[in-house]
Amino acid sequence: MSETLVALYIFALACFIGYQVIWGVTPSLHTPLIALTNAISGIIIVGAILVTGSENTSATTQWIGFIAVTLASINIFGGYFVTHRMLSMFRKKK
Amino acid sequence: MSLGTDVLALAYLVSAALFILGLKGLTHPSSARRGNSFAISGMVIAVVATLLEGGIHSYGFIIAGIIIGGTIGTVIAMRIEMTAMPQLVALLHSFVGLAAVLVAIGTWLNRDAAGLLNPTLAAELAVGTFIGAVTFTGSLVAFGKLQGLVSGAPLSFSGQHLLNLLLGIAMVGCAIWFWSDYSATPLLLMTAIALLLGILLIIPIGGADMPVVVSMLNSYSGWAAAATGFTLQNNLLIITGALVGFSGAILSFIMCRAMNRSFFSVILGGFGAEESGDESISAAAAERGVKAAAVEDAAFFIENASKIIVIPGYGMAVAQAQHALKELMGVLEDKGITVVFAIHPVAGRMPGHMNVLLAESDIPYENVKEMEEVNPEFSTADVALVVGANDITNPAAKSDSSSPIYGMPILEVSKAAHVFVIKRSLKPGYSGIDNLLYYQDNCSLIFGDAKEMCEALFTELKGGH
Repeated sequence: MSETLVALYIFALACFIGYQVIWGVTPSLHTPLIALTNAISGIIIVGAILVTGSENTSATTQWIGFIAVTLASINIFGGYFVTHRMLSMFRKKK
Repeated sequence: MSLGTDVLALAYLVSAALFILGLKGLTHPSSARRGNSFAISGMVIAVVATLLEGGIHSYGFIIAGIIIGGTIGTVIAMRIEMTAMPQLVALLHSFVGLAAVLVAIGTWLNRDAAGLLNPTLAAELAVGTFIGAVTFTGSLVAFGKLQGLVSGAPLSFSGQHLLNLLLGIAMVGCAIWFWSDYSATPLLLMTAIALLLGILLIIPIGGADMPVVVSMLNSYSGWAAAATGFTLQNNLLIITGALVGFSGAILSFIMCRAMNRSFFSVILGGFGAEESGDESISAAAAERGVKAAAVEDAAFFIENASKIIVIPGYGMAVAQAQHALKELMGVLEDKGITVVFAIHPVAGRMPGHMNVLLAESDIPYENVKEMEEVNPEFSTADVALVVGANDITNPAAKSDSSSPIYGMPILEVSKAAHVFVIKRSLKPGYSGIDNLLYYQDNCSLIFGDAKEMCEALFTELKGGH
């Protein structure tokens, strides 16, 4: 199987998982859900790291990659802390 | 280095599992914080593994970027007010979009230098660039609208659908061009068109349809990551992108269903009136029989109630009245009155917007109920208190087939014994139409700022009658 086909397999299965998991999220937590998925979409940092640090990267590409890494990091840290703050607020009645 | 690649692949698998478990944690508030921790762990593992086993040759830029970005992100997250959450989320989405575009361009530069470009990769890069660019500018426009930098009113002009279509065709043309010769011009041209399309697609959508737009852009940022995963043959990016993409898509669907409008009608925009100051409406209010009430009147009815349902809306968010509501709830519960909060899916500017604000003011989530659960309770409620909500309470959605909101599920506020609506004026809400609720016999309006009125109610009820 070609790499692309494997990737498509994984994509299709991930779609099914995504559908199942997300429908289970309770409506009161939809805003934290958006914040958390935002943080998770910071996974683009992996792409940015690979682009910046790879073997034949030119100086221009390193700068482009640096900006991408910075942006993704803002998302990751910002997203997680904001989600954490929000989730800390949802408490049970004492 | 096949050992290294295998270790990396295993690490990615663990990360993906942690992301999935993390999202699963959000099915209930009690497991949610654990879910967040799982997700963070997944991210840390993914980043560390990539740094160590990803064939990285120079770390300087990367480490610098993480430190700088991490600091900015942490500071913003710790200091931002909850009422600015929709704007923050929109801004963060734009960052992911831009990062995806930059990664695509960077990948193209690297592969070009190594002579590794091929048609499949070119197609993947084209898709990644397109989605990333649209997400970037679209999210910036959404941010502008939510922050009030750009008019919240839908901005349409004639021929805009045609323009969008032409731009779309031009972009496909560039994509095909790029696919055949991998050169810079079609790639950059495609990016530029996509950036423009992002602006044009979001500009015509009105401010109160933002819950759908925010969810939609959330979804796009996921697909941008997935597309990047295809270009880099990185399975973690693909999996994570699909999770996020579906999350946003499902939320968008839920929002649209809650408004009983199709996704396309929201996206194509043009709905919703400009919030113009129309004094004649207030003047005509008395003529048409809208009753105005003073805080004391409402306090009297509330005090003698055994159950009250509070309906928060965007007005509560704007006035930051949630803390005043908490205090009000405190004094009511001391008197043995049951207080329940009713949340409509599209109240506010973001899915779950009201829930977050109520949670922020320490209102227990057992008192906060979603529309389907709470609607049957209105007929047994003595008082319904509407705080800054309008369209979601309008019975015209059920009775008036010519109304733009016809068919939209609403909160059955009209069934309560007495209804009090806190509103700044009789200006129509987002949909620009009259709220039939206000003309009912059992409904009175309390004119004023949500926070001030709630505080006044609190004072009145606490001080004894």
